[in-house]
Amino acid sequence: MKLELQGITKQFPGVLANDRISISVDKGQVLGLLGENGAGKTTLMNILSGLYRPDSGSIRIDGTERTFRDPAEAINAGIGMVHQHFMLVPVFDVTESVVLGSEPTKGPLGSFDRTTARAQVVELSKKHGLHVDPDAKIESLPVGVRQRVEILKALYRKSEILVLDEPSAVLTPQETEELFEIIRGLAKSGTAVIFITHKLNEVIAVADKITVLRRGTVAGETTPAAATAASLAEMMVGREVQLTVSRSKSKVLEPILEVNEMSVLNDAGAIAVDRATFEVRSGEILAIAGVQGNGQTELVEALTGLRPIDSGNVMLESKAFAAGSPREIASAGVAHIPEDRNRDGMVKGMTIAENYILNTYHLPQYSKRGLLDRKAISAATEKAVKDFDVRTPSIDTDIASLSGGNQQKVIVAREFSRNVRLVIAAQPTRGLDVGSIEYIHRRIVEQRDSGAAVLIVSTELDEVLALGDRVAVMYEGRIVGILDAKDATRERVGLLMGGIVA
Amino acid sequence: MNRIGAFAGKLRVPALSIFVALFIGALFIIFTDVEVLGRLLSDPIGALSLGVGRAATAYSALLRGALGDPETIGKALASNGDVQLWARALRPIVESVVASVPLIFVGLGVSVAFRTGIFNIGGAGQYTMGAVGGTLAALIFGGGVTPAPIAIILVMIFGLIGGALWAFIPGFLKARVGASEVITTIMLNFIAAQFVFFLVSNFEFIQKPPRIQPVSKELSQFVDLPGILPIESLRLDIGIIVALLTAVAVSWFLFRSTRGFELRTAGLNIAAAKYAGMGAASSIITAMLISGAISGLGGALVAVGTVKQLSPGIAGSVGFTAIAIALVGGTRPSGVVATALVFGLLQHGGSLMQVTTSIPIEMLLFIQALVIAFIAAPELTLGIIKNPFVRRSKSVTK
Repeated sequence: MKLELQGITKQFPGVLANDRISISVDKGQVLGLLGENGAGKTTLMNILSGLYRPDSGSIRIDGTERTFRDPAEAINAGIGMVHQHFMLVPVFDVTESVVLGSEPTKGPLGSFDRTTARAQVVELSKKHGLHVDPDAKIESLPVGVRQRVEILKALYRKSEILVLDEPSAVLTPQETEELFEIIRGLAKSGTAVIFITHKLNEVIAVADKITVLRRGTVAGETTPAAATAASLAEMMVGREVQLTVSRSKSKVLEPILEVNEMSVLNDAGAIAVDRATFEVRSGEILAIAGVQGNGQTELVEALTGLRPIDSGNVMLESKAFAAGSPREIASAGVAHIPEDRNRDGMVKGMTIAENYILNTYHLPQYSKRGLLDRKAISAATEKAVKDFDVRTPSIDTDIASLSGGNQQKVIVAREFSRNVRLVIAAQPTRGLDVGSIEYIHRRIVEQRDSGAAVLIVSTELDEVLALGDRVAVMYEGRIVGILDAKDATRERVGLLMGGIVA
Repeated sequence: MNRIGAFAGKLRVPALSIFVALFIGALFIIFTDVEVLGRLLSDPIGALSLGVGRAATAYSALLRGALGDPETIGKALASNGDVQLWARALRPIVESVVASVPLIFVGLGVSVAFRTGIFNIGGAGQYTMGAVGGTLAALIFGGGVTPAPIAIILVMIFGLIGGALWAFIPGFLKARVGASEVITTIMLNFIAAQFVFFLVSNFEFIQKPPRIQPVSKELSQFVDLPGILPIESLRLDIGIIVALLTAVAVSWFLFRSTRGFELRTAGLNIAAAKYAGMGAASSIITAMLISGAISGLGGALVAVGTVKQLSPGIAGSVGFTAIAIALVGGTRPSGVVATALVFGLLQHGGSLMQVTTSIPIEMLLFIQALVIAFIAAPELTLGIIKNPFVRRSKSVTK
């Protein structure tokens, strides 16, 4: 089937999310849809899947105009969505998951015909080269396989247009490569694929043609042959972008953070970090790579005083801080950029100034005889907002109304406002636009250059490789390898992320 | 200009809620009237006009009861300072303010807890225990044992302590073992009322002679709170002044003090409070202590000053009305005071409505409940009346 979206416009209060966007994808073709957060990709896909209705513009399938009043109509028209967050029931097996909602039935009571269902799933997975065990429970499957189940679900519903929303976000590089193989296979058998991402290399690797969105409009169309990562980034951002972080060689000095055989439990009481041992030295960036959910969150929480350390010990500048509270650790010179800025990093409903002093409000410079010194707070915040280029109408603006990039700048400004000996940054650029990513990376490298030790935890391999002087990889709670930057190739790190220790 | 706009924006939902609730209340008055219902089929127009007339009579009685009768006020103005006439003219509005005093205190008290993210619905119990403290202080130190000003101060201090102690229990339990404050505070409300019953029926020192009824001695014999109006028969005492000062103090505490900053952070985002190194347990206990102390202060002042007697039912429906007030007022001290005054008007006006129109005072509880429901669902409220000034725009800064 050929899908055409023509002149799609969607206005939300105060935001023109889609402004006369036209895209098209042919039978057997892979369209890479590239754009930053907020460029309008999600709105466009929600229109395509029947969740929103466009203010104007049309959707055509094989030349005939269609309108979708709800997602069911879009599915019936042959459009299948694979969302970034999987919609699977953990206790179901693969067969049940795939057929759920349109199960084959038998008998007068319409009972579930498991035999037929299983046969259909087996046939479908054979036909498209999507290898899954039809009897495996979803909860026992790795993420990459769960994604295949999602794709099977769409194919089972006879989707001829498959939309994949940020499909590689949760995958290791090897799993991503396998996904690309699947996509190529589907295209070959006639499916039209829309591949949504913000990762430049991926569209170049898998797409037949590329459409770039910027601020709700089509910023350009190109093909992988004609495009380079740099040209795509420029199209996406609207100006030239530095893709690599420029940095001098690090002058590595004494160890600041020494972690020795540290184990940490998760909320369920199971071991999340298993005898991790590493050190971070003054003037270097240690980047911890790993697929999400391999203990990185618990590792960072333990190092910042938010989670007890079960065994092992941690030294900060040769002093033990295993029992430290977040405040003691912060005043010892640790800056913490938390993984989930919405949950931990800021207080929505409070102003930028209040968020700026979130963990320093008790210091004598801001608090006198139990009262907040509003003048001093305003002066310090004004300066920080200027220094860190936070775009805001005023420091008394609710932080919730800022863009993600500006929110993160406030957090980074706050954390770097103290005397910093160690930076612990978890997913410091998740969900940010390219401009903000560039900026925050530069600030982190600055800290390293001025002699701080930096520990970065990231699931984005590009970020790990761009920033790390050394790269450690976490897999199932263990540090499975630590490589120098020169040895840390995409392949080696990728294999380690998948738990394969060569 | 922006500031005024923002202020008007904050007032929009509460004001609309009260308005819509009154409107629906009027519909209820019309369609629960037996006479209206009886004629509705045979003579719909006549029935409806009768109903509308009844509703108008009811609400005008409500207004006169709340604010005063224009006729009486006119007479008083013309009388050239006749104290009797002035007292009659001003009594409704003064009594409305008197009715709002306990609401201000408990409203402020629960607001401090709400701001910290603790659903303290034990305002009634804390108020009652404050009344116990104030009563005991009056009985022990009043009646000339200590000079009057000192006795009054002791009444207030005992009230603060009574309320704070009662709130400490659920605060401590929540901080230490994670007990839900919703459950513990409700239970403590009952225990407080029963505790008063125990006190006023078992101790000669407390119970009113001849010890038949479960009420305390007349407290005005022991401590008399000074009135603040030149007309003696109008019973507005220093309680309202203390209430307003408390509102200022709460505002100062929440928005200017370091501790207040911690409490607000905990209330808005407990994870971020932990991340910032703020002690969650101490925030909970501090908030509950302050919350209970304020309600307790109100209990003491009202028991000694206005009611002049301690009885098991002293809190009445104050606890739950105060929760509504805290929510309607956006847990902002100024909002709480304003809302408490409006609810005081409704309450006192409602009693006159009941007398003159036989519409039960429960009608007002119904209206109050509607106000809460509308506040809890702002989108619904805004949807009912599409305000042309409402621009629901998201501010996005890039």
